[in-house]
Amino acid sequence: MKDDIRAILMEHGRLVRPVETLSDDANLYQAGMTSHASVNVMLALEAKLDIEFPDRMLRRSVFESISAIHAAVFELRTALLRVNVRHEP
Amino acid sequence: MGSGMVAASFVVGLDLVQISAIASSVEKFGGRFLDRIYTPAELRYCLLDPDTSAIHLAARFAAKEAARKVLRLEDDAVGWRSIEVERSPTGFCELLLHDEARARAFHVGFVSFSVSMTHEADYASAVVLGERRRSGSPL
Repeated sequence: MKDDIRAILMEHGRLVRPVETLSDDANLYQAGMTSHASVNVMLALEAKLDIEFPDRMLRRSVFESISAIHAAVFELRTALLRVNVRHEP
Repeated sequence: MGSGMVAASFVVGLDLVQISAIASSVEKFGGRFLDRIYTPAELRYCLLDPDTSAIHLAARFAAKEAARKVLRLEDDAVGWRSIEVERSPTGFCELLLHDEARARAFHVGFVSFSVSMTHEADYASAVVLGERRRSGSPL
């Protein structure tokens, strides 16, 4: 999943440094990502991974690093999985 | 200064947005971008004229981000639509705060806001000024 996140950051993150030079914990805002770019990253992640970031996750820290984004996506997909399992007959 | 006196302080926020970048977001993400960022009233005004919609959308994005800076959000979750730019019939704009943005403003003591937006070539910019009052604090 981190590869997907890195690919989306490369396309939408408007980073001033190549994404492949960033560690998973590197601060993306310090690497040039603007608030507008973070919105684009969020929307691209939603489309790619079939998730939706709720308003409670529209916090700076959620998009601060690749690890933070990964944790948020993992949480959303886990919650989605639980809902789907609960709805099985 | 005796107790009960009221002092005011001001916090300013500034943001600059590339108009073509906003146009690109609209092209790529369409309604998902628009509905996530803007209120229905903002969209009604911004989308009136396709030739100028990206300018108005970019200016409002800048205003929302400038307001977020004024609110010193740190890591608070504040939705983009909870900060709204309202345009009067005379053309002047005011900032309206709703829900979590309003709660945050109240929590940190803001009593009023002022917004000004401008654009030139491929950039739109906005300044937001927030006024805070604290009872008993020195002028």
